[in-house]
Amino acid sequence: MRELYTRFGGGLATVFLTLVLLWVAAMIVAPNIMMLDYALRPNLPPAELGGPRDVRSLDNIMYLANEATHRAIFFKTVWASALVAAVTLVVCYPIAYWLAQNATPRQLGIALLLLIIPFFINEVLRTLAWFILLAFRGPLNAVLQWAGMIDRPIRWQGDGGVLAGMVYAYILFMLLPIYNAIESLEKAQIDAARDLGAKPWRIHWRVVIPHAKAGIATGCVFTFMLAAGSYVAPALLGSPGSRWFTEVIYNWFFEGGDWNRGAAYALVLLVLCLAVVLITLRLFRVNLADVAK
Amino acid sequence: MIQRAFFIFYLACFAVFMFAPLLVMGAAAFNTSRFPTVIPWQGTTLDWFRAMWADAAMWHALWTSAIIAVAVVVVALPIGTAAALVLTSLHARARSFAYAVMVSPLLTPGVVIGIATLILWRQVGVGGGLALIVVAQVSFISCYVMLMVIARLQRFDRTQEEAALGLGASRGMVFRRVLLPFLRPALVAAGGLAVLQSIENYNTTLFVRGFETPLTVFIATKVRTGLTPAVNALALVMIAAAVIGAIIWEIRRRAR
Repeated sequence: MRELYTRFGGGLATVFLTLVLLWVAAMIVAPNIMMLDYALRPNLPPAELGGPRDVRSLDNIMYLANEATHRAIFFKTVWASALVAAVTLVVCYPIAYWLAQNATPRQLGIALLLLIIPFFINEVLRTLAWFILLAFRGPLNAVLQWAGMIDRPIRWQGDGGVLAGMVYAYILFMLLPIYNAIESLEKAQIDAARDLGAKPWRIHWRVVIPHAKAGIATGCVFTFMLAAGSYVAPALLGSPGSRWFTEVIYNWFFEGGDWNRGAAYALVLLVLCLAVVLITLRLFRVNLADVAK
Repeated sequence: MIQRAFFIFYLACFAVFMFAPLLVMGAAAFNTSRFPTVIPWQGTTLDWFRAMWADAAMWHALWTSAIIAVAVVVVALPIGTAAALVLTSLHARARSFAYAVMVSPLLTPGVVIGIATLILWRQVGVGGGLALIVVAQVSFISCYVMLMVIARLQRFDRTQEEAALGLGASRGMVFRRVLLPFLRPALVAAGGLAVLQSIENYNTTLFVRGFETPLTVFIATKVRTGLTPAVNALALVMIAAAVIGAIIWEIRRRAR
């Protein structure tokens, strides 16, 4: 802190500190504390605020635990988000390995540019693209029917559509960390394993994956977090039968009119995501500073 | 050999997976069909581009997004830069704690950031709207700015500052004439990323938008209430802008 003042002088250092305090206090800490407070209080008419019934309790969170539909949607969101992370990992790993170990510099340049272009396109548009592709009378059904793989159109909207749209939307968050991790693996190690007679799957299992585990953990954490907190993919690609936890939260705020319960649900989502992030990072011994690159 | 052929097949599938949705979406903008699709092809037309161009609501949404993006850059760049400078001047222990707090918005689901912001500002009577959208977006976009500035700062040679001080420059002048010019590339990049993140944001914005309709909300609403290929025309224009922007960016980067 003193260093800041000696380096920039009193005026500038104070400006910097003020900006940072404003950001941390008013935009990070205070909103979350207020959300926690809201989550613990009952939803009362203005006249009763501060009255005898305005006491903190875990009622809103218990409501989620006891409401069967919401509880089921919550657990489905958790495991479906984990599934999104797992599928994205399986899809990305071979590509990341190829890019990092076997691609020529020219191939690498082209591939990275091609991968980054969809990423420059907004998530809503990427989801819209899948909405059109998966439509009941849309191109995918038409192609499959033409190829004779299905007799009648399939209704893709629902869990399958949400899964596809999310894997598509978050692919780069998985690919880049794994690519970065595998890139630092020396080719000599793979050659050595092969010369010693290891089969390809064994080379991956014993050499490449252990080396890349930090990258894999980072990719999975981000993908899970983004999937669990996504609103647009389930809203556009889902069906009434495939509701997502964020949609339930949204309804508490803008249709149910119970912000306190909505805040409690949002708090549960936040705690879930933070727990997954911290536990995964601890398990894989990854530093937070390495994740945020 | 079989393995190689199999991998090439996989690569082809992956390329189809990545680009088929975008190609279908783009192509559908030229199809006469009222619902955006490519099969059956009912005739080629540019009408949907005209319809998009004539849509006042679209222009209003674009304008709203542009105002928000400019405000976000103006607020997030100073905050992120200040955070990077403050963080690098802290001692190791305090630094890792402050760092964890400052990157936490990146690990928070976007909807939660929107909700927490909405709840806090309701206490002082501010409801959803332009100002809250900017505040909510700044709270996490500042993290990206901070990370990019930190990365650049790591390559900064502090003796340059000492030399300038030795030559009689004031501390303010050293910051303006030595450090800021050094950080410029990172700030330009961070500004570009901030604009992109702001325009593209949906999950956070949705909760704090009040009665405003930025571009992403406009598109998502159209999809649910009455999708015509005019939205595809808009999408195609946005994609073209993003691709051209990315290419110009790359060319300028290589030129340096």
